[in-house]
Amino acid sequence: MDIDVKKVAMLSRIRLTDDEAAELGPQLANIIGYVEQLSKVDTDGIEPTAHPHDAAMPLRANIVTNGNRRDELQASSPKIESGLYVVPKVIE
Amino acid sequence: MSWETVIGLEVHCQVNTDTKAFCGCSTVFGAEPNTQTCPVCLGMPGQLPVLNTVAVDKSILTGLAINAHINLESKFDRKNYFYPDLPKGYQITQFTVPIVEGGYIDIPTKDGGEKRLGVTRIHMEEDAGKSMHEGLDAVSHIDLNRSGVPLMEIVSEPDMRSADEAIAYLKQLHQLIRFLGVSGGDMEKGQFRCDANVSVRRKGEPFGTRTEMKNMNSFRFIKQAIEFEVVRQIEIIEDGGEVIQESRLWDSVKSESRSMRSKEEAHDYRYFPEPDLPPLRVSQQEVDAIKAGMPELPGELRKRFEAEYGLSSYDADVLSQTREISVWYESLVAAHPSDPKRCANWLANELLGRLKEAGKDLADSPVSAKRLAGLLDRVGDNTINGKSAKDILDDMMESDDDADTIIEAKGLKQVSDTGAIDTIILEVMAANPDQVAGYRGGKDKLMGFFVGQVMKASRGKANPGMVNQRLAELLKG
Repeated sequence: MDIDVKKVAMLSRIRLTDDEAAELGPQLANIIGYVEQLSKVDTDGIEPTAHPHDAAMPLRANIVTNGNRRDELQASSPKIESGLYVVPKVIE
Repeated sequence: MSWETVIGLEVHCQVNTDTKAFCGCSTVFGAEPNTQTCPVCLGMPGQLPVLNTVAVDKSILTGLAINAHINLESKFDRKNYFYPDLPKGYQITQFTVPIVEGGYIDIPTKDGGEKRLGVTRIHMEEDAGKSMHEGLDAVSHIDLNRSGVPLMEIVSEPDMRSADEAIAYLKQLHQLIRFLGVSGGDMEKGQFRCDANVSVRRKGEPFGTRTEMKNMNSFRFIKQAIEFEVVRQIEIIEDGGEVIQESRLWDSVKSESRSMRSKEEAHDYRYFPEPDLPPLRVSQQEVDAIKAGMPELPGELRKRFEAEYGLSSYDADVLSQTREISVWYESLVAAHPSDPKRCANWLANELLGRLKEAGKDLADSPVSAKRLAGLLDRVGDNTINGKSAKDILDDMMESDDDADTIIEAKGLKQVSDTGAIDTIILEVMAANPDQVAGYRGGKDKLMGFFVGQVMKASRGKANPGMVNQRLAELLKG
């Protein structure tokens, strides 16, 4: 199994050196190879499992239960201006 | 050989719930930035989503209204991508099994017929936050109040063959969701946004390569963007080139689109089942109950208004634009049953026009259906003429008085007494001998002048029909 480690890293926003990528490639391939054994199992006639617990989803009432906790929630943010999170410029 | 355009549309529509899709935060628009957030919609570790029951019901209602199949079991998945307005690093959406599949919307065609356009699916998902770049140099600002607001993504089949068909579909859908009360549909507030997949092909050939025009929120821009894209693609192919599959962004200032390269790279969303949410199950009984509560839809209503009240198709269309207007209209007819057409005219033209000028909705109308009916009763029994009635409606907009009180107070009772009208006419004729001579000499057009003078002399109170009749008689000499 050939894995484009650089692409996977880019999608995950993880910076890798070439050496790290070269080292991780075979390791990732091993993991996928291991999990791929599952595809050999005969699943004919077995209903796909959507979730390990056979529970229906509980639902929430459409009622506001949360108030304004901005100061508390933003306390761990590196940079705030006028209540807005400040991030490096993103633009299309 | 002639070219054919193929368009498919994806509409992101905010569901108008009080709270977000997966937490108890308010969804009120325009609040101070980041005051409507919590650990769940901020994507903090260890938090678990719990789906809003009203978002489910409204998605089902929308599905039923487009004659679609409701999946009694549907599933949620994670769509993974990095963007600062998406704090979890993934969006919870329905990828493999959406709640709604396979419906349709009929649009009117130019020849008076209908064209059926397929809707592939409606899935539930959550909105991202809002990024702001304007006036900022090296940074962007993020407001996460919108993060987690419930959305329906309504995906069409590639069934449209022109920008006009695409717009007709969108308008129909936009009307429907507001009618059902499942979304505010306010495009300026981003409650109804559209992506358009556009390709061209020579007639009879397989689909060409498509491009995706992202995130447009005005019917006019969508039309311009599609038309621009069609021309661009045909030029590329006719020059021997190939259309590249990509996302493009419409620039409404320059009236052109440009490629969004960053989206292209990130297009690998690595969907996987959302482990925090078990499957969503709804019972057939629940679906049936939602169906039973479904309001009459715009198309049905339009046809009924034409048949039952004898309205023109234009008036029927105006009065079925929103559920609110249609309900208001029918309560007006109930209070003034003698003339449903008069009701239609006065609501569609006079009242809605005045409300628009005042920047008000029908819900905030200072004049109730009952009060307007009281005015129309007096028009109907010829107590007042149309001109006075309009002035009275102006007064009613500013006061709580009913029509009879205003008529009495201002002495606006229409003069329908032949003697009184003749007296005024004879005065007007005496004051304008030249015009009388002109009229008698064959200048028929002067009739309008006399009508105007008589109405003015009666301070608008003369019965116009009688004025015309008596003038014709008396001017003969």
